[in-house]
Amino acid sequence: MTQVTVKRLWKEFDGHVVLENVNLHVDDHEFVTIIGASGCGKTTFLKMLLGVESASRGEFLIDGAPLAAEPGPDRGIVFQRYSLFPHLNVLENLLLGLELRGAPLLGRLFGAARRRALDRARELLEAVGLKDAADKYPAQLSGGMQQRLSIAQSVICEPKILLLDEPFGALDPGITADMHALILKLWNTHKMTIFMVTHDLKESFALGTRLLVFDKVRVDPQAPEAFGATITFNIPLKGHRGAA
Amino acid sequence: MRRLVNQHPGRGGTILLCMLPFVLLAAAYLGYSHARLAENPGDKLLPAPATIAETIHRYALEEDERSGDYLLWIDTYASLRRLLMGLSISALAGMALGLAVGVVPYVRATIAPLIAAVSLIPPLAVLPILFIAVGLGELAKVTLIVIGVAPVIVRDLAMRAQELPNEQIIKAQTLGASTWQLVIRVVLPQMWPRLIDAMRLSLGSAWLFLIAAEAIASTEGLGYRIFLVRRYLAMDVILPYVAWITLLAFVMDWLLRLLRAKTFAWAAYR
Repeated sequence: MTQVTVKRLWKEFDGHVVLENVNLHVDDHEFVTIIGASGCGKTTFLKMLLGVESASRGEFLIDGAPLAAEPGPDRGIVFQRYSLFPHLNVLENLLLGLELRGAPLLGRLFGAARRRALDRARELLEAVGLKDAADKYPAQLSGGMQQRLSIAQSVICEPKILLLDEPFGALDPGITADMHALILKLWNTHKMTIFMVTHDLKESFALGTRLLVFDKVRVDPQAPEAFGATITFNIPLKGHRGAA
Repeated sequence: MRRLVNQHPGRGGTILLCMLPFVLLAAAYLGYSHARLAENPGDKLLPAPATIAETIHRYALEEDERSGDYLLWIDTYASLRRLLMGLSISALAGMALGLAVGVVPYVRATIAPLIAAVSLIPPLAVLPILFIAVGLGELAKVTLIVIGVAPVIVRDLAMRAQELPNEQIIKAQTLGASTWQLVIRVVLPQMWPRLIDAMRLSLGSAWLFLIAAEAIASTEGLGYRIFLVRRYLAMDVILPYVAWITLLAFVMDWLLRLLRAKTFAWAAYR
């Protein structure tokens, strides 16, 4: 069970208010899609969930406990790009999470433990359709394949929460449909809560069980930085929970 | 007619063009040497190829009358030993410190300014201090190379480590990486090819410091020999020695490049 609660959250950078008075409750296994204009703080919100940014005021709770102030294995992240490790091939990239967890000192598994991890990695690799690319390096993959790998890399660690920061923003429209199917499949198999920032309104409705719209409620034309954005719409959607 | 910027020489043309300057230089040397020797057969400044060949034979393949050594090989061994020791120590220190500075903010805040300051000291200016502190032996020469080369490598690797996309560092943490694991599994492996690049770029200055140290206080070594025979205007020794040093430097550079290409295949895909 994973519940995310946000209470009266504010975020300022040097007097520049980015988010103000954000309140939210998200239940276990929800698929939250977040949209809003550029610069309205939706990525900042995601970064706070990730633990890279801290709240100026207010509370950010996961299952009632305050959020750790740094990134950790309970929250996975998929960025738009650059989150793969260029010196590891596809299989090694996927294996990394298991190795880090299993071998604190060397960060590498050997013998039977390695074989078990490899089996799991290969299984997931097949599920995301990258079986034939196992020994390629990330730079040899197409954008869509890179994002599949990046998603699989996070999923293999079984995070309670998976954060997606415009993960399909740089992909061809044709590929996005496949990616949507993939992310829904993984979301249903692994029962995690997903927060996904997107620019694509259609995507946000198609995937989410809950849609959040970030926007400014108050605007001072003389001092545009005085007020921040907040959640203006919090719309429960039917989503795909029943579909799979 | 295509624009000049769009015209490329073919494969044969490339080889011919790259030979051309060397051939011209050699021809110019031969011409001048011949002219000077015709005027004064005792001229030492531009010795004839035959004289140079004779000298090479004497230095490389005959025992020295006084010491019974093969001078070229004695000198080469002594110099390469110092150079490789200096370079390896610099590379290891550079890697360790560069990683620490690049990855850990507390280490960066503590020693990055110190390293920046040290890297600005002209190494040759501290050579007298080295001679006084550690004597005139091998240690002083190796230390000079390390002082000259290591700070540059440290700063370069620290910058390269900081240039890694922040997304990678965050991603690794969400996969459960501790600081130590982050260093050994994510940052360090990506730094090896960059260390090789830094070493290739440092080769020139490493040789510079080596030859400077050898010129001042030594009993053998390539730099020592050049400066020794300078007293007799022995260009027939100096020229082949300079060519030999250049060849050694070129081979080392080539080996490093080969090592990078063979060992870090992934780096070629970027």
